[in-house]
Amino acid sequence: MRELVLLGDEAVALGALHAGLSAAYGYPGTPSTEIMEYLIAERERRERQGGEKIAAAWCANEKTAYEAALGASFAGRRAIVTMKHVGLNVAADPFVNSALVAIKGGLVLAVADDPGMHSSQDEQDSRFYADFAMVPCLEPRGQQEAYAMTLEAFELSERLGVPVVIRLVTRLAHARAAVSVGTEARAQNPVAKSADKPGWTLLPAYARKRYDMLWAKQKDMLSWSESSSHNVSTPGAKDRVVITAGLGGNYYEENLRDCIAASGGGAAPARLHIGAYPAPEKAIRELCSGAKSVLVIEEGQPFLEKRLRGILPQAIAIEGKLDGKLPLAGELNPDNVRAALGLPARPTAAAASIPLPNRPPQLCQGCPHGDSYQAIKDAIAGLDSVSITADIGCYALGALPPFSVPDALVCMGASLSMAGGAADAGIKYPIGVIGDSTFLHSGITPLIDAVSGRKPITAIILDNSIVAMTGCQETILPSGRLREICVGVGVEPEHVVTIEAARMKAAENVAAIRRELEYRGPSVIIARRECLEAIRIRKKREKAESGQEGGRA
Amino acid sequence: MKYDIVLAGVGGQGVLSLASILARSAMIDGLQVRQSEVHGMAQRGGAVSAHLRISDEAIAGDLVSQGGADMILAMECLESLRYLSFLKPEGIVVSAAESVVNIRDYPEPEKVLGAIRALPRSLIVDAAAIAKEAGSSRAVNMALAGAASLLVPVKLASVERGIDELFGRKGADTAAVNKRAFELGRLAAESGAAALGGAAAGAAR
Repeated sequence: MRELVLLGDEAVALGALHAGLSAAYGYPGTPSTEIMEYLIAERERRERQGGEKIAAAWCANEKTAYEAALGASFAGRRAIVTMKHVGLNVAADPFVNSALVAIKGGLVLAVADDPGMHSSQDEQDSRFYADFAMVPCLEPRGQQEAYAMTLEAFELSERLGVPVVIRLVTRLAHARAAVSVGTEARAQNPVAKSADKPGWTLLPAYARKRYDMLWAKQKDMLSWSESSSHNVSTPGAKDRVVITAGLGGNYYEENLRDCIAASGGGAAPARLHIGAYPAPEKAIRELCSGAKSVLVIEEGQPFLEKRLRGILPQAIAIEGKLDGKLPLAGELNPDNVRAALGLPARPTAAAASIPLPNRPPQLCQGCPHGDSYQAIKDAIAGLDSVSITADIGCYALGALPPFSVPDALVCMGASLSMAGGAADAGIKYPIGVIGDSTFLHSGITPLIDAVSGRKPITAIILDNSIVAMTGCQETILPSGRLREICVGVGVEPEHVVTIEAARMKAAENVAAIRRELEYRGPSVIIARRECLEAIRIRKKREKAESGQEGGRA
Repeated sequence: MKYDIVLAGVGGQGVLSLASILARSAMIDGLQVRQSEVHGMAQRGGAVSAHLRISDEAIAGDLVSQGGADMILAMECLESLRYLSFLKPEGIVVSAAESVVNIRDYPEPEKVLGAIRALPRSLIVDAAAIAKEAGSSRAVNMALAGAASLLVPVKLASVERGIDELFGRKGADTAAVNKRAFELGRLAAESGAAALGGAAAGAAR
């Protein structure tokens, strides 16, 4: 064993490598991004220095990433796929259906939820997805567990023949701690395609059998979770018992000493910590037998809390998020858990003697997106019946002052499809604003819809050459390909216009946007200029490379 | 022993490298460490905070409690005041004197510094000037790390070793500049602590 300092995300990545990983795919999304970054760096290191090869690559979107991982599993190899919680909506089709196939090489989905919406548009809890797809889920509460659970997830996936979910949350994904890790990786599985054709062919006749089998596996999953070392029962006072899950367990322990002191030094409440799902029903019943109430402390939506209502007798009061003991929205923290335990808040320093203005995130000074938004603002001045739907990325910040341009912003790709719907509904100038990477993720299909329906939308692709918001990953295709794609799906070549997103070009950019707004078919404006952060990273790399060459000379 | 720090700053300032030098030093001392980071949207010029927890026993979670922090360590003066609810009543605010004015309603910097001075225990470090004097305006975080190191329960030798490890790869010049910024920051804190008398000096070891 040796000790490394790792982010929760990195601990998952290393666990996968030590489990004999052959293939890793994902789409960048906070807070999951660093899993793939670690694996891509390891792939590159092995390419330079030798070692057993792995595949590790970003994909066009979460669905293609999931399906690529599924293909590797089909070929007998161990594969991981990573995404943020809302990415699983995109990958839901292959994810849910992959529970029915005869998983061969271990298949692990590492999905990172973002309670509190630090960098997301919703708070959905991926444990519901695991439950919906009827597959096991592991929920680490620390970096060490993130490593160990990932190792275990691959074994479990192969033993039960189903994909296994690792559910992370922001505070674990993005916190560092020392982790004891093994020194050797398990050998990779040999390439051996599944010979079980009916097990991989979801025609109704086969799928019905597979679905029966998935139901039959539920009792195996339950007996695994009932005996899992990640579901820990601690005896104690039985009046008000406690169930914790994930990071909820940490915040509970943070307050445990005060909790015991407040009870006059008596026993702590009897407790069950859950880290492995399906929920261990027997352990829950045992914990709650004889109890008057149970407090559920879980990070995310009230998943266990709802589940308990089907497991426990009515007489036992269930406390948690649904009865307001803990907040329904936002993250758990040591303080709201403390309040739920009935402890008084700790004394704090006095507040500042001056009022503090908020400092929201904003586009960087000189960001090309700012110039694009200004041009859009100027182009629509005086026009009636305009709608501007935007998309997910740095440019979402254009919804805030000083730009305040977009009218709506929902999910990846929706800028263009919503513009199409708005056009059909009678909006005269429907504009969709989308980044280059988001366009490649899920903007091409709505553009095809617009071409097919000859919808008068104006798609403005903000091409900054990089996936900026998540830390400047390479866009899946180089910028130069965007025009070819738009023309390729049928946008008239003269209505695919490239402009330079720069202040000195403002007048001609405004004119170009105006021209395309008046065109009564689909048009695309590609507003190009490299992201400032990308320039900084590129120059740093170029400097390092030229330095190395100089050294060799 | 347990020492909790809330780090504050503006996205892009390098709060992370400030946290990591202290975290690394504590690990060299054989202490348990948890260090939270900020990624994604929040990094874009907005208010950012990170938590650093150091202890000689197991640490339950990654987050510091309200009223649990021994120190608020800020790279920007307005941001040093934003997380006071995390600070223990007897805790200290260590802040860079520098302002990052990227919002319209930013108060007069002198008023901000006045509000910091009005706190029971605070230390304002002219980190930008110290970094410049050390030879690189980019060494601001090392100047602050130097100031904080006076109060954080890690051995000076461990911090110095941590800096060597962190900057050693980047060449001898970079390492020397950062070490110098660290030393000047520590010196400034020593004289600041002496000037403050009882409160700050009491915590200095």
